Amino acid sequence: MKTLGAIAVIITGALLLYASEDFPAWGDPHSPASQYRVSQHYILKTFEETSVPNMVTAILADYRGYDTLFETVVIFTAGIAIIAILRGPIDKRVRLRLASEKKLRESNLILAQTCRLLVPIIQLFALYVIAHGHHSPGGGFQGGVIFGGSLILLAISFQLQTALDRVSEKKAILLAGVGVLIYSGIGLVCLLLGGNFLDYSILHNLLQVDPITARSHGILGVEIGVAFTVASIMFAIYANLSSRGRMKGGL
Amino acid sequence: MTITEFVVSRLNYWIYVILMMIGLFAMISKKNLIKKLIGMSIFQTAIILFYVSMGVKEESNIPILEHNIAHASDHAEASDHGQVEEIRAENYANPLPHVLMLTAIVVGVATLGVGLAVVQKIHQEFGTIEEPEILAKIKSGHG
Amino acid sequence: MVDQYPAIILLAPFFAAIAVSLFGSWKNGLCLPMAIIALGISLAASIALLGQVAAEGEIVYLLGGWSRPFGIEFRIDPLNAMLLVVVTTVALLTAVYSTQAAVLETPNKYPQFYTLFLLLVTGLLGMSLTGDAFNLYVLVEVASLTSYALIAMHSKRAVLASFNYIIMGTIGASFYLLGVGYLYIKTGSLNMVDIREILQETGLYGSKTIMVAFMLIMVGVWIKMAFFPLHGWLPNAYSYAPSSTSCILAPLMTKVTVYVMIRMMLTVFGPEYVFQYLGWSNVVVWMAVLAIVAGSIMALAQTDLKKMFSYIIVAEVGYMVGGVWLANETAFIGAFYHVISDAFMTLCLFLAAGAIITKTGKRSISEMEGLFRKMPWTMVGFVIAALSMIGIPPTCGFFSKWYLINGAIEAGHWGYVVALLFSSLINAILFFKVFEVAYFSKPSHGQEKDENQPESAGTDGVGEPPATMLAPLLITASGLLLIGIFNQDIVILIRQAVSSFGFIGFLN
Repeated sequence: MKTLGAIAVIITGALLLYASEDFPAWGDPHSPASQYRVSQHYILKTFEETSVPNMVTAILADYRGYDTLFETVVIFTAGIAIIAILRGPIDKRVRLRLASEKKLRESNLILAQTCRLLVPIIQLFALYVIAHGHHSPGGGFQGGVIFGGSLILLAISFQLQTALDRVSEKKAILLAGVGVLIYSGIGLVCLLLGGNFLDYSILHNLLQVDPITARSHGILGVEIGVAFTVASIMFAIYANLSSRGRMKGGL
Repeated sequence: MTITEFVVSRLNYWIYVILMMIGLFAMISKKNLIKKLIGMSIFQTAIILFYVSMGVKEESNIPILEHNIAHASDHAEASDHGQVEEIRAENYANPLPHVLMLTAIVVGVATLGVGLAVVQKIHQEFGTIEEPEILAKIKSGHG
Repeated sequence: MVDQYPAIILLAPFFAAIAVSLFGSWKNGLCLPMAIIALGISLAASIALLGQVAAEGEIVYLLGGWSRPFGIEFRIDPLNAMLLVVVTTVALLTAVYSTQAAVLETPNKYPQFYTLFLLLVTGLLGMSLTGDAFNLYVLVEVASLTSYALIAMHSKRAVLASFNYIIMGTIGASFYLLGVGYLYIKTGSLNMVDIREILQETGLYGSKTIMVAFMLIMVGVWIKMAFFPLHGWLPNAYSYAPSSTSCILAPLMTKVTVYVMIRMMLTVFGPEYVFQYLGWSNVVVWMAVLAIVAGSIMALAQTDLKKMFSYIIVAEVGYMVGGVWLANETAFIGAFYHVISDAFMTLCLFLAAGAIITKTGKRSISEMEGLFRKMPWTMVGFVIAALSMIGIPPTCGFFSKWYLINGAIEAGHWGYVVALLFSSLINAILFFKVFEVAYFSKPSHGQEKDENQPESAGTDGVGEPPATMLAPLLITASGLLLIGIFNQDIVILIRQAVSSFGFIGFLN
């Protein structure tokens, strides 16, 4: 197996390098990928068409918004999948052992106080990253991960239960579903108003703005949906993996 | 093109290919299930590196318009210099690979999460995460 | 509303999945009706879309209203319109089947099961609809992640099989992603039609990068469809999965991936590049011959019913890959007709196996004694599926093999003809072995009682499965006959799509 694997790997690597002789040089502004009209259009027209200065955000949530919808679905699926895989009937012995473990870990004072200070700041920053994705690097995924990180920090520095008291697993999955629903719901509203799925410009009647600004608002809406899903699923994944799906004890 | 030139001018591709080979080898040949997942992660990271290096453009900036450029038309009359800066494609990096990799990162995280959950389940069921030991257990009828 | 059919097909199961995840844990009883209603809507919309495509030709649906190549689009031609009908039909029948099976096999994970099930269907529908190379990767991952989880929900062995599937599946998807990256670096586009136009216009056929991109994408999809010798993950994953999971995965996953391969070859690279410029047809057809022979022989060695079917799938993948790569119209019609008929044949076999295993609790072929007496209707469905697999008229299996063999003769590829006949012969042996045990041998009561602890009803109490299991099986079985009888209509539709690709005998 080892030699077979090594041979396969070397052949693949050699092929990939063989092909790279044909590649444009690193950072070449005249490479086909940079010169073709897709990239040019994104750079030159994004602001004109969506009024969002951050091209990455605009492409992510609008031009290729359908991709991003399913990216959110992938995350959501992962959360559901992990629960489906790990959840089993809870063993009685395990429950007894966990009950005796309960008082085992006393929180360290410095740790607890630092964490208490940090968590709200992290969450505030997460909200900023989500809301400011139009103008600076950021958006739903980045902000959502940061927000999820704050909950994980809570679970690490206190106990898993401390974090679960704030956001139970059930609530996390519910919020994740709500996030996907916000995203796809905005798309569906576009469809019901007579446009194509995810065509935010059709929302201008509803929002009382011009079609281009409507696109910008639509992008903000779906970013919020993404943030909901990512934040809650990140936490759900951590909670499940750290407690082997029992949602008790933790690391 | 000489060999050294080939290596130096395409260093980014070399690095990604080597990383990819490490990852793929670990996925195929390692016996420990967690090591396989580590290999998977390295493999996916290598692909991300490849895509991102594809989006690089020399002497360009991040693909976010600065405020004065974005709102140039609003300020054109008001500004004393009267200079309207145009958006020029060669000033900004290609945004598309970054968007694609945002997606690929998320997919990678999701796959890794599911993979880890499956390994935990395997450990619960078989008591080990070494492939030969698991296969031995299945053969001896514990499976 | 008419021009929104493509979106409705995809969105019905998608919104149902979200609804199930939100309300399912609150009331378990809601899951199944929601799934069935959504799949019904999806099926109706896909039939309507098929009619529309047959009348008007190719339909393009722009997501977000962005035109090619800036946004993502759905492209529906007769081929994937038919595939959509197949996917939604199979999904609906499996959902009905799962009424009892899901309760038995995944008792405390009811809402999770249906969420993942519906998302899997969404992923498969999206894979067949999309006209964007990168978007395809995302949807492949949606379909794969859900199937990993659906397989791992079951027994001990299933978890290990699922892990191997994760590793192999990720390698396949990553190769595909790399291939798309290689295409992007040379063309700058991700839209399938756009890529083909750039390849033709800028004379990129000679580029090494494009060739390696093609190889990477092919190897990626071959891993995903379990093309021999990359099939390692499939048999265990499909045979140890819960029965409703294998009923949806086995018929659809490989077939949709075969369609992805067709799409990649004909829409992205174009037949001129694949068949004329590269000229690898011969090699790949010989690989397919190897796959058919190896799959059949390995199936012969199995004692477990579901595992035997899994190896038959490996052989069937060889049929389809070979048929596509024979590079003439007749063989292509045979290959795509086989995609459709094989989806229903496999569904029928796995439904029958699921019913038998649920009722008797036995997986081994040698333990199937007297089943014709105990569950005659189930066996009727099983026999029709088996006859179709062997290729006996008027079942659809006969017609697909007819076209495949004719195409191979046209191309002058006798190895493929021999392999096809050999595999049909092996299938005949395999199924008559099962019939023999199930029809002729009587259960020897004395030993039976000693070996098996009768669990609930005992071996003698075995009867027909409940109606929710039997009805999908019999509908599928009659579907096999109908697809066979109405083969001309399907062939006309396929021909309509093929004529637009315009490949006539590249091999010669």
